Amino acid sequence: MNPNKKRLRRTMMFLNAQKPGLIKDPYIYKPDSIMLDLEDAVAENQKDAARFSLYHALQTIDYRGCEKVVRINGLETAFWREDVRCAVAGGCDSIRIPKTESAQDVKTVEEVIIQSEKEFGREPGSVLIMAAIESARGVMRALDICESSERLFGIALSGGDYTKDLQTRITGTGIELMGARQNMVIAARAAGVQCFDTVYTDMNDMAGFQQDVETIHLMGFDGKSIINPRQINTVHKIFTPSEKEVIFAEKVVREIDEKKAQGIGVFTVDGKMIDIAFYDGAKRTIELAKASGTYKGGLLDD
Amino acid sequence: MIEIKKPAMAGTLESSDCQVTVEEGEGTIEFSLDSTVINQYGNQIRKVAYDTLKNLDVKNVKLAIVDKGALDCTIRARIEAAVYRSAEQTENLPWGGAIRS
Repeated sequence: MNPNKKRLRRTMMFLNAQKPGLIKDPYIYKPDSIMLDLEDAVAENQKDAARFSLYHALQTIDYRGCEKVVRINGLETAFWREDVRCAVAGGCDSIRIPKTESAQDVKTVEEVIIQSEKEFGREPGSVLIMAAIESARGVMRALDICESSERLFGIALSGGDYTKDLQTRITGTGIELMGARQNMVIAARAAGVQCFDTVYTDMNDMAGFQQDVETIHLMGFDGKSIINPRQINTVHKIFTPSEKEVIFAEKVVREIDEKKAQGIGVFTVDGKMIDIAFYDGAKRTIELAKASGTYKGGLLDD
Repeated sequence: MIEIKKPAMAGTLESSDCQVTVEEGEGTIEFSLDSTVINQYGNQIRKVAYDTLKNLDVKNVKLAIVDKGALDCTIRARIEAAVYRSAEQTENLPWGGAIRS
């Protein structure tokens, strides 16, 4: 398995690949991933120019550890194949497929990625895929999409198009997105891939944004697409385990290991009943803290 | 060799970008530059422009750049975009070959 498949992706920042001023130094804001967009942000008559800009940015700019995701144009356009060739040749880490509606959509793009890896001398399997789900049909087929390819690291909800398809609108309350969010995160967990939430577009409502991020965090999402560096800290704060949570998780892991050796199955930690069912969750908390750079302990070092 | 037959333009006048125009030359490379940083970076921009044209094998062109503080990689990208627009080629481009950093 590509070791990057499970990497930390709390924030994915959208950047128009056609705008040199945006793509020259986004790493200073430290998002986990940057999403260089060839699709909706780029005007129809600038699609060609955006690719040259993307290619040279990928080749020359050191993005300092940020994952480099490229959003290609949709499969219904004449652009997407060349988008894939350009992104793979440039050295992207992942391709984001917009408007994914079936497992076949992922396989179709994967074919061109395989050809491009070969053509441009990239290691086979090095380019990962994420699928954006933007329609009712896509949501209903989320599990199929999640299981479509070994390269697929996750799925993302695209709220704008999805609510249009559902004949509603973004309200700021999240009610219109509830079903899609729930369905997608369950499908992603069933398939063992990651799940990302849609953008929050009202930059003047930071309280609403915080509420939105807290909701999707509790629902089980791995991260959120963002449109402005101002949103990064809020997401990272909510998605990074607190010191208290990490200390508790360490105790749980240590106690379960110790009690297991003594043949004890159920016991208490800080007054809370603990059994083996808490083990994976506690380990995940420590792994998340470690990936976020906040864990200084020595558990799970191997 | 890419023949520049019809005029083409790429890029913008936004900060960190540059606007590049190509048109058919008179047997040579004719280069003109208007830049906000011409005193500091004029020679470097010229070097990048000629290097990009060499990679693309363009020998007969009038190339004009209006620079707004673009990085070298942006200058290359805009020249290539203008040249391939002139040649009307948008698919099967030679990424990593004639198009290279």
